[in-house]
Amino acid sequence: MSEIPSELRYTKSHEWIRTMDDGNLEVGITQHAQEMLGDMVFVELPEVGSTLGGGEDCAVVESVKAASDIYAPIAGEIVEVNDLLRDAPETVNNDPYGDGWLFRMRPVDEGELDELLDAEGYTGVVAADS
Amino acid sequence: MGRITPLYQAHVEAGAKIVDFGGWDMPLHYGSQLEEHRAVRSAAGMFDVSHMRHIDVTGEEPRNFLSYLLANNVAKLEKAGRALYTCMLNENGGVIDDLIVYYLGGDSFRLVVNAATADTDLDWIQRNAGDFGKIQITARTDLAMIAVQGPLARQRAAQAISNINDMPAPPDLMDIGVFSAAQSESLFVARTGYTGEDGFEIAMAAENGPVVWQALIDADVMPCGLGARDTLRLEAGMNLYGSDMNESTTPLESGLSWTIGWNPPERDFIGRAALEDQRDHGVPRKLVGLVLLDRGVLRSHQQVSCGERGTGEVTSGSFSPTLSKSIALARVPAGVETGDECTVGVREKNLAARVVDFPFVRNGKSCL
Repeated sequence: MSEIPSELRYTKSHEWIRTMDDGNLEVGITQHAQEMLGDMVFVELPEVGSTLGGGEDCAVVESVKAASDIYAPIAGEIVEVNDLLRDAPETVNNDPYGDGWLFRMRPVDEGELDELLDAEGYTGVVAADS
Repeated sequence: MGRITPLYQAHVEAGAKIVDFGGWDMPLHYGSQLEEHRAVRSAAGMFDVSHMRHIDVTGEEPRNFLSYLLANNVAKLEKAGRALYTCMLNENGGVIDDLIVYYLGGDSFRLVVNAATADTDLDWIQRNAGDFGKIQITARTDLAMIAVQGPLARQRAAQAISNINDMPAPPDLMDIGVFSAAQSESLFVARTGYTGEDGFEIAMAAENGPVVWQALIDADVMPCGLGARDTLRLEAGMNLYGSDMNESTTPLESGLSWTIGWNPPERDFIGRAALEDQRDHGVPRKLVGLVLLDRGVLRSHQQVSCGERGTGEVTSGSFSPTLSKSIALARVPAGVETGDECTVGVREKNLAARVVDFPFVRNGKSCL
């Protein structure tokens, strides 16, 4: 998979967002983010059912090096979290866009997705970071 | 760009993530620091430690000088090749650096000091040598050094060296005892390390560093970076200068009482009076191990609350890959006991931890 998949949306804080077939959003952190953080040791996920505002911190990925807050990209309700990560946090490093997904949410307003970065926009964020 | 070692190009070629370490561009890891940590605990890994500094001390009577300079007693080094771990103190008993001193035979000694403090150490040594007659002090910036560590480290290092043309090993390589060293024309091999595993720290002329590194790769030794180096030494309960002790802490407050050569009482050394004073009045703080009972990672400077005994601070913390838990060294009030429960302020929460002895891991297994 490419380092910045073109079909996903992105935030400046290095989350990616995938729109699923049922209209829910799947959220994770990018290849760039996992590479910066290093080997993950703990992942704290939100409660299923919790409602979040856009930009609200809702999860934490902790590597040996540092802990990093994860933010809800847009407002919504958490419908599912990736329990696999409790015992296998390294999945976030090994497969950040696939099995390393963090949580799924039902958006309040899909229109807000348009305000997020596309792949080209996120490429710029990564370039500025390097 | 910071300073680089003779092995910098080898790190780049091995895919290292390079970071700044005290002004040096060093490998943090080559892909996964957890994988590198496990390689050292189960087989063999190697670290470029060329940024550390060898300082040779020779001359008329270097033994008397070092007896005054160092808190541990070099009189223990009777046989050529023997080494010991010691602190070097200021007049207040504060730790200027921790180091290993080797007796090379005749009137020759070698100190191996930390990279970040190499310049201040050299300056301190030179300033204090003045009263001891003709002492020659040489900073060996012409050397590179590779630490090969793990249960299979020595045999793979021996294999690697035997495969290099025109670079014979010191005689009886595999008979070198723990905390001893031997030399050949081109190699200085010490059975020391900073991981809690067996192994060799091998020094060679800088221009020979890359060929030795490659020979070790060919002998199945995994390149390991600073990330793994830190988790390994922490599991082994080994102090990190600058984090666990510094110029304002004494060895007695840093878990290093065992490194002080108190006997014979007539031996004066820099800082002795201050240490005796602290010892006689009761040392107010001590270094302990902590295991975090909740999920999370302990890190330097987090506050430790020990109930009625008072508060302290994490000096170094990380995640232990062997234990799958977070561990730390912490400086706490002297009344705190092994087994005590305490809480640590981690990212705005108070998490539960337990005071334990260190090392946390020995022979690859938990000591908890």
